[in-house]
Amino acid sequence: MELERGPRPLRLIGKVRHQMKTEKSLRNLQRKACLLRRHIIRMVGVGKTGHIGGSCSCADIVAALYFSVMNVDPARPDDPGRDRFILSKGHAALVLYAALAERGFFPLGELERLKQVGAMLQGHPDRLRTPGVEANTGSLGQGLSLANGMALAAKLDGSNHRIYVILGDGEINEGQVWEAAMFGAFHRLDNVTATLDRNGLQAMGPTKARLGTEPMGDKWRAFGWHVIEIDGHDLAQILDAFAQAKAHPGSPTLILANTVKGKGISFAENNPAFHNGMMTQEQYDLASRELEAALAALNDQT
Amino acid sequence: MSQAQPNKVIYGQTLVELGERNPRIVVLDADVPRSTNTYRFRDAFPDRFFDCGVAEQNMICIAAGLAASGKIAFASTFAVFASMRACEQVRTSVAYPRLNVKIVATNAGVDNAGDGVTHQGIEDLAIMRAIPNMTVLSPSDPVTTRKAVLAIAQLDGPVYLRLGRNPSPVLHEENVEFELGKMIPLRDGDDLAVIATGNMVHEALIAAEALAGQGIEARVLDCHTVKPIDNAAILDAARATRGIITAEDHNLIGGLGGAVCEVVSELWPTRVRRVGLKDCFASSGRDYRELLAHFQMDAAAIQAAAQELWSSNGVHALSASSARCATR
Repeated sequence: MELERGPRPLRLIGKVRHQMKTEKSLRNLQRKACLLRRHIIRMVGVGKTGHIGGSCSCADIVAALYFSVMNVDPARPDDPGRDRFILSKGHAALVLYAALAERGFFPLGELERLKQVGAMLQGHPDRLRTPGVEANTGSLGQGLSLANGMALAAKLDGSNHRIYVILGDGEINEGQVWEAAMFGAFHRLDNVTATLDRNGLQAMGPTKARLGTEPMGDKWRAFGWHVIEIDGHDLAQILDAFAQAKAHPGSPTLILANTVKGKGISFAENNPAFHNGMMTQEQYDLASRELEAALAALNDQT
Repeated sequence: MSQAQPNKVIYGQTLVELGERNPRIVVLDADVPRSTNTYRFRDAFPDRFFDCGVAEQNMICIAAGLAASGKIAFASTFAVFASMRACEQVRTSVAYPRLNVKIVATNAGVDNAGDGVTHQGIEDLAIMRAIPNMTVLSPSDPVTTRKAVLAIAQLDGPVYLRLGRNPSPVLHEENVEFELGKMIPLRDGDDLAVIATGNMVHEALIAAEALAGQGIEARVLDCHTVKPIDNAAILDAARATRGIITAEDHNLIGGLGGAVCEVVSELWPTRVRRVGLKDCFASSGRDYRELLAHFQMDAAAIQAAAQELWSSNGVHALSASSARCATR
């Protein structure tokens, strides 16, 4: 008996436990991402347009940030030491609102008042109206510059909080993004982690059919950034990339996240019509069923 | 401070004064710190100064990010770039979230004579005035420039302040009372009122002296805050005098003249003559004075507009402020 309690078997048990814990936390994040998508569908509803595609493509990344990676406290949304999140592709506001509500920054009921006159939740994020929103994005191309300013402030204040940005792959058509990229690398803003939601589609069709966007990773590397390429729907890869970014000194990190626009909703996946699309009742029901099924499958695994 | 100095020099010196007092002050520039005079702050507080290079849009949003993190961010470049190249960044990232960013722009109006149209900010007052949440300033002399810069640092919110680059004579007493949104009377008179802003305040004073020699007593008001405009001072001028002349180094559309007309039209209709650039682009010139004379924006032009207004019977003479730009 005494031999069996030696250090080696204990370590093994610990490792297995750790792995089980990791799997459980990954499933929790997958469940959160599913919940975010369900909120997105409910917020858009039937017969109204909403940015379903670009909200769903980054739902896993947003879930990872709000439910694992970032240090934020809904009870203290103005805490100077909090991590900052800037949804530079502000049209994906639905996923941000869903995450903030799920995280407890405001009641879930606010999601039902989206875009109503006087509502907390505007068509695009508004930091004065909505607790937890850090930047008034929606005009594309400005978020990374805002992050630069927040990152400089953090360094001036000697605070080790981090700034997280999600960029769209259509958004980076904007020249200002590249001004910001040059600035961030030059000033060694290693407290900035930008994730490029590379879903391959912009408002009217494929990004590749608009501008010469490739080779995307090489472009950012040439601008002085640390680049990590991942599957933007694989939560283990997402968490690992954020951990690598945090540990990387001397330059900002770009996580090149390959994603599917409309991910999780069959008829919206890779469908430019759902950049800012409208669902029929049948589509709404189908999307609801698909997301419920995905949630049920995740629940069965626990 | 009795000597004429460029207001931008006063700006640079006042920034240093502010920086010493308040560690929250940070300054940004877009590769023109020598010209804007922010280099004075850079040399005193290198850690709190950021030259963003020739990238004004990025600079404005960086300033917004700094302000969102509790800093008081001054961002400087030429008026034409601050108000137009980075216009939408100012609107959406600064004014909409009411962030504590102070955009201080030099080369306002045609006072960059040599460089010509590309470097002459003649639309900035109109553009910035049209943006909600924005306070818009245009001080006239070294005394009020210093007071204006100190005052906007105290104001929690977005500000646009424009400055000239040529030496400005001292027009105000050192102890003049400076309040945001409140015009400063520089000369009394109940025949006419001249409301001027920025460099044109000096021209207005010269014109008023000349008018006095002709028996016309014109009050001169220094309108250092173009938004919010001082309704009370305008109303008083409209009631007390036969008419108002506005003077600005700016396009005639949408600037000080426009603001004054909006007020009198609603509160106390009276005759107004606007002196400024007559909806045209200016040009290069040997010096500022030559340009002011050529484009009929100097003391003589103010005097002529005042005489025309004084002698007219309310019929608008087309030769005055609504005339098109005659010469290029």
